[in-house]
Amino acid sequence: MLIKKASDLKWSEVTPKSVYMNRRKFLAGAGVAAGAAFAAGPASSWLDPQTAHAAGAKLAVASKSPFSTSEKETPYQIVTTYNNFYEFGTDKGDPVRNAKNFVTTPWSVTIDGEVAKPQKFSVQDLMALAPLEERIYRHRCVEAWSIVVPWIGYSLSVLINKVQPTPKAKFVQFFTDLDHHQMPGVSEPVLNWPYREGLRLDEAMHPLTTLCFGMYGEVLPNQNGAPLRTVIPWKYGFKCTKSLVRVKFVTSQPDTSWNSEGPTEYGFYSNVNPNVDHPRWSQKAERRLGGSIFSTARIPTLMFNGYGDQVASLYKGMDLRKNF
Amino acid sequence: MDINRYVKWLKPPVFLLSLGPLAALAYKAYHDTRFPDAVPLLSGNPQAFIRNSTGFWTLVFICITIGVTPVRRLLRQNWLVRFRRMMGLFAFFYGTLHFVTYFLFDTGLDWGAVVKDVTMRPFITAGFLAWVLMVPLAITSTAGWVRRLGGKRWQKLHSLVYVTAIAAGLHYWWLVKADVTVPRRFAVIVALFLGYRVVAYFLKKRDDAALARARAERNVSARASAKKPAVSPLPCGSLSDTGADNWNQT
Repeated sequence: MLIKKASDLKWSEVTPKSVYMNRRKFLAGAGVAAGAAFAAGPASSWLDPQTAHAAGAKLAVASKSPFSTSEKETPYQIVTTYNNFYEFGTDKGDPVRNAKNFVTTPWSVTIDGEVAKPQKFSVQDLMALAPLEERIYRHRCVEAWSIVVPWIGYSLSVLINKVQPTPKAKFVQFFTDLDHHQMPGVSEPVLNWPYREGLRLDEAMHPLTTLCFGMYGEVLPNQNGAPLRTVIPWKYGFKCTKSLVRVKFVTSQPDTSWNSEGPTEYGFYSNVNPNVDHPRWSQKAERRLGGSIFSTARIPTLMFNGYGDQVASLYKGMDLRKNF
Repeated sequence: MDINRYVKWLKPPVFLLSLGPLAALAYKAYHDTRFPDAVPLLSGNPQAFIRNSTGFWTLVFICITIGVTPVRRLLRQNWLVRFRRMMGLFAFFYGTLHFVTYFLFDTGLDWGAVVKDVTMRPFITAGFLAWVLMVPLAITSTAGWVRRLGGKRWQKLHSLVYVTAIAAGLHYWWLVKADVTVPRRFAVIVALFLGYRVVAYFLKKRDDAALARARAERNVSARASAKKPAVSPLPCGSLSDTGADNWNQT
């Protein structure tokens, strides 16, 4: 046993108090504790700068994905406080406030529909299906802003292959959890609850499509879709499904919440496409978050969010203006 | 107590309070610049936050402005009208900040993009109309202009504020993606204040018509009995209550 002398210990090695106070949650197993630690000054108020740093359970990342971009990652305190997760409120700051006590354990995902063996997986089971990779993806919101996030997960195709969809399965439908007690936003029919999304089977099988368990080296914070979510980097962000509870294999194109809400504005495919405007705003450019406050800089939006080399073949011959 | 004597002492604090939203934005900008690693108070998308915040306060001040007359008549506190010009000018102030923010951050100072947006996106057409109509109202807000135009013409021009209010309400309603909760609140407030004015207008028309009939009957009977002189017209102060009254006290 190596006993360090007092002089060997540095203040920087001291466990942050918030982590120490939550240690039992971490011990309960990977994928269980809420991700972010928010620290504020002693008189925690509007006047004291509040910091946010990754302090949840760490996720062991086996490798760094070759799909990762070399672009600069967006600061953690932005990605965890600027969220569209309407179940917890429609203001960008609502999810971080209202999802604080969202219970994400125990958690299971139901696989049903056109599969050989409908079954349920716990989050721990799912995490063990394949080694976790760090995938640094661009993430483009339909609202014309974007971030770069180091997601942690593996290709959704791993899970799909395991559950063996039947030959009749042509599409995959995803559902977010719906909990009237914990989600203040679902009392209003702002969207078609539970939140549902869908992909064509080949889109779901594409290596880029990720079943995601964490970000920034730790488990997903509640406001980012804990305990697991999908990430489809070449589509607008709303195509991802946060807090995933069900994956259903279906024979025809499934309905999606945003398409039901605005059929002329949010299409089934919603591939990032600078040539097809949203009816109310242009998609030619986007604001990359994390820059200076008064910056007027906007970057040109890339076809398929810059993943065209990998995914353009999925849409060969398709009119992407009609199939927006 | 004649509150009119104390109104001038209320003006500076009301003015400072009205600058509050701008001061809050300025503080948040200072905080985010001084503590770049902290959770940003202007949110992760400060340009959108500033644009949305200034837009929200524009609508707030528009509602306050069109609410002055309904409230002052219902509560019989006429001195409130002396704050109406200040509230209207703050609506124009925040509206201009909102437009400048959009022009700067969302178009990158591109007039071509503005023209495209105004002509192609109905919600921006409505917003731009709301702001454009406030320009002549701001310019003619002074006592000098009331004199130059005359009370009745000035009042007709300034009834354009209702077009601004409706256009601003539509602008907000049409721009939200799915949650119309807050736009709906503004729509209800604008509808109530506008509704009050419409009802008051028709009630006044009905009362004026009744007055005119009464006068006509009396004059007919007066001429019939030649010795009796014609009754002079009733005094007209109580029922005609134009928006321009008390203007010279601002």
